[in-house]
Amino acid sequence: MSTAAETTPAVARPVSRSRAFRRSPAGRVLAKVPFWILILAIFVYALFPFYWALRSAFMPATELFNTPIKYFPTDPTLANFREVLSSNFFQRALLNSTIVAGSVTLVSLAIGSLAAYALGRFRFHGRTFVLYLMLSMTIFPQIAILGALYTMISGFHIVWFINFPKLYDTPWALIFTYVIFTLPFTIWVLTSFMRGLPGDLEEAAYVDGATPLQVFYKVLLPLIAPGLVTTGLLAFIAAWNEYLYAVSFIQSPSHYTVPVAIVSFTAKGGNAFQVPWGQIMAATVVVTLPLIAATLVLQRRILAGLTAGAVKG
Amino acid sequence: MSTVATPAPAPRRRRRRTGLQRRQTRIGWLLLLPALAAVGFVAIYPLGKTVYESFTNQEFLQGLEPTKWVGLDNYRTLWHDTVFRDAAWLTIKFTLITVSFEFVLGLIIALVVNSNFKGRGPMRAVMLVPWAIPTVVAAKMWQWMLDDVFGVVNDLGMKLHILSHPYAWISDPATALGSVCAVDIWKTTPFVALLLLAGLQVIPRDLYEAASVDGASQLQQFWRITLPLLRPAIAVTLIFRTLDALRVFDVFSVFFGNRPDTQTMAIYAQSTIVGDGHVGYGAAISVAIFLIISVFVVIYMTFMRVTEE
Repeated sequence: MSTAAETTPAVARPVSRSRAFRRSPAGRVLAKVPFWILILAIFVYALFPFYWALRSAFMPATELFNTPIKYFPTDPTLANFREVLSSNFFQRALLNSTIVAGSVTLVSLAIGSLAAYALGRFRFHGRTFVLYLMLSMTIFPQIAILGALYTMISGFHIVWFINFPKLYDTPWALIFTYVIFTLPFTIWVLTSFMRGLPGDLEEAAYVDGATPLQVFYKVLLPLIAPGLVTTGLLAFIAAWNEYLYAVSFIQSPSHYTVPVAIVSFTAKGGNAFQVPWGQIMAATVVVTLPLIAATLVLQRRILAGLTAGAVKG
Repeated sequence: MSTVATPAPAPRRRRRRTGLQRRQTRIGWLLLLPALAAVGFVAIYPLGKTVYESFTNQEFLQGLEPTKWVGLDNYRTLWHDTVFRDAAWLTIKFTLITVSFEFVLGLIIALVVNSNFKGRGPMRAVMLVPWAIPTVVAAKMWQWMLDDVFGVVNDLGMKLHILSHPYAWISDPATALGSVCAVDIWKTTPFVALLLLAGLQVIPRDLYEAASVDGASQLQQFWRITLPLLRPAIAVTLIFRTLDALRVFDVFSVFFGNRPDTQTMAIYAQSTIVGDGHVGYGAAISVAIFLIISVFVVIYMTFMRVTEE
């Protein structure tokens, strides 16, 4: 809003005293003060919970569970991190989440880029219908099909002798069901990337006698690589963060994903009555750091992908 | 062949156009096949199955009695189910509170960040951070901050003389809903701001210049230029946020488990299906959630269309 005022051309117009003050050098600095206070407030609001998690993760339990509470660890310790990272339970959870989120991402990118090729570069009847079908899928409430998925992954009879395997309590159950929220989104965003490409390269390839599939992976795929990275990261984050299906379809602790593990975290060899907040906070820091790093590195692209997915819808 | 990608084929190729069209159609559907199969199998089939199950008395452990068609029995029970009614009411309250806070705060933040200042890039990155972390993790962080004895919220509140005594924010029914809303608002406001910011950035600058030449105040500019031109972005943001809020599960589940006074619709459905194994009745709850969400979508759509004209 302030830019609009700044860029106002100096038009001959009676200038009031307050306006004259606002234009003077000192006034300019002073007028900015509320603005910077607002910026600072947003910064603190967004980041304070992270600071608090870090502060608690570096505190020994004796200091953590003591009043009055301290805002900064006086003798920081890595004990909480050591406990968490050495626990078998948490290592398994990290591995499980990586496998699940990684597979879901790869599957949706593979299927999604083929579909985006069709939707973005071909003209045929029913294309618009499919696009809208995918769009409606992105706002599909996952809870609406929980019951059906629950019975499906418990194994069921399809036709004749074909049975759907029992996926309950395996990572497959999650890989299978997570596709519902990663794939439609992937298709929608990749289609907009495909549409943005110029037609000349493709035409040249066709003239040279390439087949549509060759055009796809030799010409188009390298060109939409940035789009693949963005959508891949978004799909990965969505799968990594998912909780409802993970807590419903997984039973044994050795198959827990990270969110389920963090919720059911208990102290190692523990005291059942004291929640190990130091370790939980260390775990949250460990889990969120890679996500934060990836978002910071790719923030421009993520924003482009998110707005392509949301605003253009 | 060369016209595969170009929207308007050259006139001299008109003779071959039908063949080409047929070829494009065939290849197009072939490429779509895996995606359609996946969506059909993971989304559309289960949706149909859920609707079917909602008319049966299916149980997860089918030992006792065989599954049979019970007609509208589940829906009749649901209509008189006070637990569901409370859950629906709580979810709607949560939705109204969080979406309105997120929208107002998000709009303010978007307007601030939209101005040119040093550090705008880092600012936007910082705003993405709460969005990127798992909701469960955000809930855990806040649960610890809201701790009644060692929590920072009570401590700060007492030091600043806002609170007269420490609160048990999460276990006290009076503040339970408020504390859940606080987590959701913290996690999603920056994201709402980013979506609105994307909308703000496509508004042409010269509109504001022209308006200030004509002597319009900043407030007038906001009401007459910014808000009307931002409407599409606002509509999309509100729809997405409302749908998300209506199916809320994670934060409530972490904060309260299955505590009866703080169940959302999604938690009730999940515990009915997975906890109790009542697949048939749970399916009916799911369908009800689906319908309630659809009602909200229709309200938004018609409202936005009416105001557009």
